[in-house]
Amino acid sequence: MKDSIIKVIRFIGFGFLEPLIRLISGEETKKNTKETFNKIGAPILSIFAFLLLWNIGANSLYNSLADSKIEKAREVGGDAEAERIKNIIISAKDKLDGQFIISDDIEDLKKLSEANIHAVALKNDKGTYDINYGLSSDEKKEVPVTLPSPKQTKNAFYTLWVDYKIVRADKKAFKEKTAKLNEQRVADGKNAIVYTGRPSFVDQVVTSLKTVFAGFLLALLIAVPIGIITGLSPTLRTSVNWIIQIFKPVSPVVWLLLVTMIVTTLLRNSEGDSSFIISFISVGLCSMWATLVNTAMGVASVDTDYINVAKVLKLGNFQKIFKVILPASLPLIFTGLRITLSVAWMVLIAIELLAQSPGLGSFVWEEFQNGANDSNAKIIVAMFIIGLIGFALDRIMLFIQNLISFEKETI
Amino acid sequence: MSVVKEHYKMEKFPSNDVMLDLENLKKVYPTPKGDYVVLENLDLQIRKEEFITIIGHSGCGKTTMLSMIAGLNPISDGKIKVLGSSIKGPGPDRGVIFQSPSLMPWLTTFENVMLGVKKAYPDATKKQKEDICKYYLHKVGMDSSLNKRASEISQGEQQRVGIARAFAIKPKVLLLDEPFGMLDSLTRGQLQDVLIDVWNKEKITAVMITHDVDEAIFLADRVVMMTSGPSAKIGDVLAIDFERPRSRKAILEHDDYYKYRKHLIDFLEH
Ligand SMILES: Nc1ncnc2c1ncn2[C@@H]1O[C@H](COP(=O)(O)OP(=O)(O)OP(=O)(O)O)[C@@H](O)[C@H]1O
Ligand SMILES: [Mg+2]
Repeated sequence: MKDSIIKVIRFIGFGFLEPLIRLISGEETKKNTKETFNKIGAPILSIFAFLLLWNIGANSLYNSLADSKIEKAREVGGDAEAERIKNIIISAKDKLDGQFIISDDIEDLKKLSEANIHAVALKNDKGTYDINYGLSSDEKKEVPVTLPSPKQTKNAFYTLWVDYKIVRADKKAFKEKTAKLNEQRVADGKNAIVYTGRPSFVDQVVTSLKTVFAGFLLALLIAVPIGIITGLSPTLRTSVNWIIQIFKPVSPVVWLLLVTMIVTTLLRNSEGDSSFIISFISVGLCSMWATLVNTAMGVASVDTDYINVAKVLKLGNFQKIFKVILPASLPLIFTGLRITLSVAWMVLIAIELLAQSPGLGSFVWEEFQNGANDSNAKIIVAMFIIGLIGFALDRIMLFIQNLISFEKETI
Repeated sequence: MSVVKEHYKMEKFPSNDVMLDLENLKKVYPTPKGDYVVLENLDLQIRKEEFITIIGHSGCGKTTMLSMIAGLNPISDGKIKVLGSSIKGPGPDRGVIFQSPSLMPWLTTFENVMLGVKKAYPDATKKQKEDICKYYLHKVGMDSSLNKRASEISQGEQQRVGIARAFAIKPKVLLLDEPFGMLDSLTRGQLQDVLIDVWNKEKITAVMITHDVDEAIFLADRVVMMTSGPSAKIGDVLAIDFERPRSRKAILEHDDYYKYRKHLIDFLEH
């Protein structure tokens, strides 16, 4: 039982939990306590250290901006004005870092007047939420906007979460309302009415994942076959090498422009949004190089023993490629695919941002332009989500690699 | 028994008895410091159904010679003939067993053998091919692990499968490059028996490189000694006249055994 649990968690890449499980089952207490600390305790401590440093940094930035605001107020309105601004900024800080209450009790609204409440999300009779913020309009006007603190970021996360629920309910209501009408329209041969409301943060994440997946698939479909062919033929390899060397370092931005030129020309007559097509093709083209290079290298450097066996057995080309060369180069191909996926995710944000196609990139950009007092915190939330998803994608690739690879030890 | 001669005069056999004929063989490796002549003026005839072992100092060119016979290494000059016709690259008439087992680790033992069988028996039915694979895997004592991945079995077992794979394509000549070099002596003894057993049944010609003088004597009809490089050639050939089937014990007790052994050691230490 214990051993099979450990096997599973190792397999899915959660090997760091192993000593804890051994510890709980009472095995070699001393050694496993130490291991547990090393693998779980120490990382948790480092998370706290990180949050602490972040908090100190964010607060000192806040204070320095606050100081200069107060000084400015003193120049304009004298000591009294400076004192007023100072009080506003201090109370605003309490509210920024305060609690986020999600409730269905209208009494909780009263708590907004307390010092350390950031917001109250109150369930309304439509089944969604109304968010009421603690900051007064004066406070909103004067509050210094800079790097948000960890607590502010946490509050922005709640805001986005509640907002997601609101949008979801809104969408559902829209669907119910238009269901009949749409049926009628489809029957009449007209297009159904679709929801055009604002997307929630979760919608943006889903859109980004779709785009990166499409881009990754494109990269895979282009790079793996070309990599195999160039890997097999030294002549071809040297003759296309310049293409790889020149295009590999080209920046995502330039790829985007190039793809835009081509796609907009090709799709000039079709209606609809081409931004998705443009961004996923750009993502694919940016990220495919690692797979191309690794596949070609893997195929070209298959162990000569295996090649000799294939020669001695006089294997046909099909057998040689599918039974010998591909399996032998699979580890390197997968290394390439992992790099491709992480590059794809990385450039996706920049490309969405520039291509104005929906997704996390445009979310970040819109928040940045928006400049509301929680915009920066929302950007930081997006940053963490982007990082976590990137991490998860890599783990998934590793998992698949372990599943199909003959070498079981790659972690 | 002769001592080592300066120029060994190669014995010639009637041509319808010759399986493998190396004539005036030469191999040159180009190196940054100029050409390196590994083999030169190498002549050797191997008769049908003969078991030949080759010994010589490390680096003298044994592997080079064997891989040229296998067709994996181009010939610089001279000829290699199988049954009178010059070879062109590798072919199913010559099976090879490499020093490392060289099984595809992602295939099962059965699939590894099947890989060659598919090509060697294109007209056989699926059932027939499967039977051929099973037959040879049985011969090497591997029937119980048909469906294990090659990466999951021991070195000795892998080499057994390597032997099955080589025999299953029905070669006329079997070329072996120190096939048991990496194994412990117990496994090595077992596999020598397996090899001799299958060789005897299949009536094929075997050429095997070894570093082990006892192995060379036990297996061979003739032991071929190569001179040290550069420009290595055949230095001497020693016929081993023990009757077959041979038993290790009987051979060790035989008076000639020590004469043979001394001859080979003298050559190597010369
Ligand atoms: N591809 C190559 N290019 C250049 N020189 C080579 C090449 N292959 C082998 N040699 C050289 O040719 C010589 C003979 O090599 P070979 O592998 O045939 O020796 P060997 O008799 O099989 O040795 P061992 O008993 O150690 O296996 C060695 O000196 C080696 O360095
Ligand atoms: Mg060798």
